[in-house]
Amino acid sequence: MRMIPQVSALFPGGDALTVIFQLIFYALFVAFMFYGQRIQMYIMIREVEGSLARLKFIRDEGRKLAIETIKEIGKPQVDPTERVDQFLEYITIAPESMDPAGVVWKLEHLLDVQDVRFKDDVKLMAPEADETQRNNLENVLVWAVDLNIIYKIIRHFYLLGKKTLSLYVIMQVQMVLPLIMREAEAFASAIKACTMGQPMGDGAGALVAAKLMHGHKTRKIAKDIVAATVPLEGRIAHVLKSEGPGGNVGKPGDGITQIIKETKGKIATIVMIDAAQKLEGEKPGDVAEGVGAAIGGPGIDQFKIEESVLKYKIPVNAVIIKEDIGDAVSPMRKEIFDAADTAIQRIKRLILERTKEGDAVIIAGIGNTIGIGQ
Amino acid sequence: MTEKAGPPTRNISSFLLVMILTILVLAVAALYIGVQTYGNNPKDSAAISLMLIGFIGLALTAYMLLQAKRKPLRVAFEIPQVITTILCQKCGFKNIRDFQRGDYIFKETEPCPKCNEKMMIASIYREVKEKEK
Repeated sequence: MRMIPQVSALFPGGDALTVIFQLIFYALFVAFMFYGQRIQMYIMIREVEGSLARLKFIRDEGRKLAIETIKEIGKPQVDPTERVDQFLEYITIAPESMDPAGVVWKLEHLLDVQDVRFKDDVKLMAPEADETQRNNLENVLVWAVDLNIIYKIIRHFYLLGKKTLSLYVIMQVQMVLPLIMREAEAFASAIKACTMGQPMGDGAGALVAAKLMHGHKTRKIAKDIVAATVPLEGRIAHVLKSEGPGGNVGKPGDGITQIIKETKGKIATIVMIDAAQKLEGEKPGDVAEGVGAAIGGPGIDQFKIEESVLKYKIPVNAVIIKEDIGDAVSPMRKEIFDAADTAIQRIKRLILERTKEGDAVIIAGIGNTIGIGQ
Repeated sequence: MTEKAGPPTRNISSFLLVMILTILVLAVAALYIGVQTYGNNPKDSAAISLMLIGFIGLALTAYMLLQAKRKPLRVAFEIPQVITTILCQKCGFKNIRDFQRGDYIFKETEPCPKCNEKMMIASIYREVKEKEK
């Protein structure tokens, strides 16, 4: 076998040592030729293993924090650990959508049942907690459930990959792991923020509405939704948001539909404000405008809003405050807090340009209102 | 969910250990032969190449050991400092302090030390330092 001079120089003289090293190099060459993929797989498995250990740590810390907070705030008579563990294994079976007609209402019913069930469970776990604290605890448990699901799915693929020794099973987990880890870390921050009742980045829309309606009389118009009639730039603004300061997103779809019904569709425009996922490179707290219903979630509220506005041909405008997933679920950043004032200026300009004096408008602040009153 | 949580650590797998040891042995051997060749004939360019291979091998071994040594992973659940600003609507007096459980935006708090009007929580936020980016 011919070798390049530098490598052949490794074995001068042809003594026993040279032969041994030559054999080692041959063995390594053959090993890499036949087992290269397997070696690559072991390296990937190790990477996944490291991330899985970290995920387990995050999940266990989340669970511990939830139990501690329930004990501290709820002062239960019995240890809530077992009940929390049962809660973490909670499942929701999505409605069948082979015939998609009416699936929105089926999903809404399912989520309503889930909400009632969660609230009842939290009440049993933390009997001494007030409504605000119960809402916050519910949020804590929901984030803990999400962390548990993430951990279990990654563990499933890791074990499956190890069992089948399939490079492709391991590879697909390893490729998405950086994004999943980012999300898991964000959920961990969310748990911490919820136990303390701190406003989160997701509450940017609710903050804008709260700033507009503060000092005005509020009324409850839908489940967990409050509204106030506010004079704004010579228009009548129906401002609505989820009821704070507990962790709530409410049903803004029902709120907007209710106001449209009450005013018999005489709404000049609707402005929806929500936090939105920013792209890498964009600054957190950047404000952007557009059209359409700015609302996330499972889509039920968006569907209801779109149905209502279509009936009366009401234009819907969106004002979004940009942030990444980490900022959305961790304590509100100063940039996002400051963006609320920028968003208010945009709303004022928008209604001045798009409506006439005396018109009625709806301003809906969307998002989790944890730590934000009204 | 009943497994006990502990700080995660990185274990050196036996496979990685064998890899590190193999590279170490080869690197030392290359260095040894390189020094020997240099001693016999200082003008032989192969000696420099061998020594270079040896040093690179040693550096690689050290790097792999450093990467794989047991160390606790970065702990999640970092608690960011969250600031609460309490503002007097009448005289503009501002009190800035750390967030306390029960604080929320627009919550009425203690009377203003200057004008005795009720103060209100005007903002709650965390400041992100540049290096965190």
